[in-house]
Amino acid sequence: MSENVGRVIGVNGNMLTVEFFRPVFQNEMAFAAVGEERLKAEVIRVRGRYADLQVFEDTRGLSVGDKVDFSGELLSVQLGPGLLTQVFDGLQNPLPALAERTGFFLQRGLYLDALDMNRRWAFTPEARPGDTLLAGQPLGSVPEGIFRHRIMVPFGLTGRLTLTEILPEGEYTVRERVALLTDEAGREHEALMMQTWPVKIPIRAYAERLRPQKPLSTKIRIIDTFCPVAVGGVYCTPGPFGAGKTVLQQITSRHADVDVVIICACGERAGEVVETIREFPKLSDPRTGKSLMERTCIVCNTSSMPVAAREASVYTAVTMAEYYRQMGLHVLLLADSTSRWAQALREMSGRLEEIPGEEAFPAYLESVIAAFYERGGLVRLHGGGVGSVTIGGTVSPAGGNFEEPVTQATLKVVGAFHGLSRARSDARRYPAIDPLESWSKYDPVAPREQVALGDGFLRRSAEIGQMMKVVGEEGTSMEDFVVHLKGEYLDAVYLQQDAYDPVDGATSEERQRHVFDRLQRILLTEMDFPDKGEARAFFQRLTQATRDWNRAAMDNPQFAALEERIMQMAAQVTRYA
Amino acid sequence: MRKIYHRIDNIAGNVIILQAQDVSYGELAAVAGTRGTSLAQVIRLEGDRVYLQVFAGSRGIPTDAQVRFLGRGMTTSFSENLLGRIFDGAGRPRDRGPEIRENPTPLGGPPVNPVRRVIPRNMVRTGIPMIDVFNTLVESQKLPIFSVAGEPYNQLLARIALQAEVDVIILGGMGLKYDDYLFFRDHLEEHGALSRAVLYVHTAADPTVEALLVPDICLAVAEQFALSGKRVLALLTDMTNFADAMKEIAITMEQIPSSRGYPGDLYSQLAARYEKAVDFDGAGSITILAVTTMPGDDVTHPVPDNTGYITEGQFYLRGGRIEPFGSLSRLKQQVNGKTRSDHRTIMNTMIQLFAAYRETLEKQAMGFRMSAWDRKLLKYGRRFESEMMDLSVNLPLEKALDLGWAILADCFAPEETGVQTALIEAYWPGEDGPGAEGSGADGSAPEELADAAAAADA
Repeated sequence: MSENVGRVIGVNGNMLTVEFFRPVFQNEMAFAAVGEERLKAEVIRVRGRYADLQVFEDTRGLSVGDKVDFSGELLSVQLGPGLLTQVFDGLQNPLPALAERTGFFLQRGLYLDALDMNRRWAFTPEARPGDTLLAGQPLGSVPEGIFRHRIMVPFGLTGRLTLTEILPEGEYTVRERVALLTDEAGREHEALMMQTWPVKIPIRAYAERLRPQKPLSTKIRIIDTFCPVAVGGVYCTPGPFGAGKTVLQQITSRHADVDVVIICACGERAGEVVETIREFPKLSDPRTGKSLMERTCIVCNTSSMPVAAREASVYTAVTMAEYYRQMGLHVLLLADSTSRWAQALREMSGRLEEIPGEEAFPAYLESVIAAFYERGGLVRLHGGGVGSVTIGGTVSPAGGNFEEPVTQATLKVVGAFHGLSRARSDARRYPAIDPLESWSKYDPVAPREQVALGDGFLRRSAEIGQMMKVVGEEGTSMEDFVVHLKGEYLDAVYLQQDAYDPVDGATSEERQRHVFDRLQRILLTEMDFPDKGEARAFFQRLTQATRDWNRAAMDNPQFAALEERIMQMAAQVTRYA
Repeated sequence: MRKIYHRIDNIAGNVIILQAQDVSYGELAAVAGTRGTSLAQVIRLEGDRVYLQVFAGSRGIPTDAQVRFLGRGMTTSFSENLLGRIFDGAGRPRDRGPEIRENPTPLGGPPVNPVRRVIPRNMVRTGIPMIDVFNTLVESQKLPIFSVAGEPYNQLLARIALQAEVDVIILGGMGLKYDDYLFFRDHLEEHGALSRAVLYVHTAADPTVEALLVPDICLAVAEQFALSGKRVLALLTDMTNFADAMKEIAITMEQIPSSRGYPGDLYSQLAARYEKAVDFDGAGSITILAVTTMPGDDVTHPVPDNTGYITEGQFYLRGGRIEPFGSLSRLKQQVNGKTRSDHRTIMNTMIQLFAAYRETLEKQAMGFRMSAWDRKLLKYGRRFESEMMDLSVNLPLEKALDLGWAILADCFAPEETGVQTALIEAYWPGEDGPGAEGSGADGSAPEELADAAAAADA
């Protein structure tokens, strides 16, 4: 690319208006020069000879007439071994390396390579010269922590490619050319160990998309049983502040049964990210026994970092998720919070003086949200194997009101909805997912008819509870009262979960099926009590016993003993007609 | 030599527009009007047109006012000599002391690299049981006090400022009533805390735009103190006035409002300030305590709502007391496991019983019969309100925990509290409390206490 230089003619917050003299393209990256510093920016609108650019940095000090270099490239990320365990900002700058360079503060205009360019990786070729390959198929692999990291045919190549040259086994840096490929027209293409990919374009180097069916085990009972997430599915978690969205995501990132977790802290508190950064290396992954950090990558654009980079951060994260999916891995992307990302869109839209939609969000909000969630999915790769990207996004609705545009736009495109409620978090019923409002289109870990039964009890129980507030306990029939107690019991021992207890905090799929089956029997038991006080006391004892059961490991003899005791307690009050 | 411009094209609200060259975004200018010279900042460039936000307001600015660009951005001076001093919203002395011009420090500096932060770990003792026991304040926390006009939030801030164990107190007042400013000044002076405090006070009588500078000046100075290893407590009152000043400018600039007239970037703007709260890995810390008044006591109003998403909890100040429900310190778990073994238990038990008391109050109001258990709760609730919640109570944490046990023992039998046996044995004072008739709460988990109460009633 030859030099394409424009000139600043307007500055409004983080938006630049630039006059250009040679062709530019939409979403082209550019660098605005202010003194020695070069600020990264992206073309977001072109009108006549003028392009509007959003700047990923503070724009202080820019003047009319300053130079802007158009790079001829889209905003891209580097993909290669070494991404896991890293902490990046929204533009994929490695934060630890930045800290070494600039200390406590993030200086603007400093961009570093996401990957370590000097580190050598032990490459093992897997394809042979003469092989016919498609984009995304493996050329070889390098070990990256717990994985065999596949080096793949560049995703951007099309058609059948013939491998003409490949490096022998050995140690190479990510910049090394590992292979040469010839396409159908006879043109030669290089394949490096690393690739770059524009973040806003989905990676499509796979054979086909499949329907997500298998439940993804998060070890959280209310999710897995009542509003499950599928491997390759997408879900959202809206909730008012303080309802525990972030804690829920942190628990999910620890226990979820996936290969790779990518955490995207988008416009949220830095403190939360710090906890993950400092705690994860110390926690061990129950699946591998290694540190949890080895399967984790963090993209962190906290609320005080520039807004435009916040918009980019979710794309950076999802692109890296897709990259690992291409290796046949199951990836979970957790984005906290998509509302902040939507607000970033709103800020920019306001600066562009676009005609606003509802609550000043741009009219294209829905399609942008839909396009983002559509990047999740389960795919069959070329040459067999499957990989998936599961996306979980939190939403922070203004005033905790789910009627607002971001929540509504998100609900349309997700397969599961975990609505957090203030009432449940105030009552310390954690996780505070509202079982009556939340829903899922995916298959639960327990049989559907059992789940429907439990759900029925919860609903009836809530209705009776409402009624009792008006007519009092005296005005409620014994039958209704017991249904209410059963619903409360199910809530207390199954929906609520103590995240800090080592056993109760993570319930395996198998255990959920087992326990839920027993609970179902108790729910179906017809019970007889002399009076309401007696009934309440019985359920208090039963709750206590079941909670102890929840805290006993499944392989512990106590587990069977407690189960025995609970079933006996239920038998004692059974009505024998 | 810099050019002087003296033709203003447009004056609207506190923003003036003129034609000028070689001006950079964020640069300062001196605008000389009929009522003296004011500073102004470039907030938009559009070809040759320069938009200036005039800090002293545009009143009295003639169309031929002299505008001189200063070639630098907004800064504030920093030195140890700031301690004990009082300034106005723009950083000019309010106390007849000399101006301080050392170390110009730019406002709104770059964000802290998250990997250089540490997990907060030190409790800030305030002597207020509702904070220390129930919602512990933690060093480097950012916490707003949600309140309504008329509540003693400034008194509360002043008390925390005096009692908190910090090295430097920085007070930022935005739209502060003059009386409140005098209150802060006198209060800090009387208790000998002025010598470790710096005050930046913008009063309600000052030009609105100057309120915008206050948090930035305070936090820039706080950051410098923190970098030199000091533990800083920044008090900001009232952030709603700050947000309103922002709204005023946004509307003048014809920005599209998002909700109730506030600009779309309200969240980012507030976050940029609150996120300055930090515990540096290897230096000092900044703790931010702010006041957010809720217009109409409405927590879904954009300012408290956005604030709640940014901050690490909130204190609700209502009826002169810190409300136990709704108030939350998200960081308390980081410290309250290390204070005393009974801290968390007292915190949970007392609040759960207090919740039961509130339910009983409702029952009482509706004319239901009071059971023995209800009467116990009523006694407990009244003692809790007067001895724990009252803001005049001043007790160190350990004394407050002891008082908690004493109140529990006075009102309940040990098993009625649902506290685990080991702690009862260790802390339950002397003789058992009054007899435990009609209780169904034998060893049940604390959550069921409310139910147990109802069971006792049945």
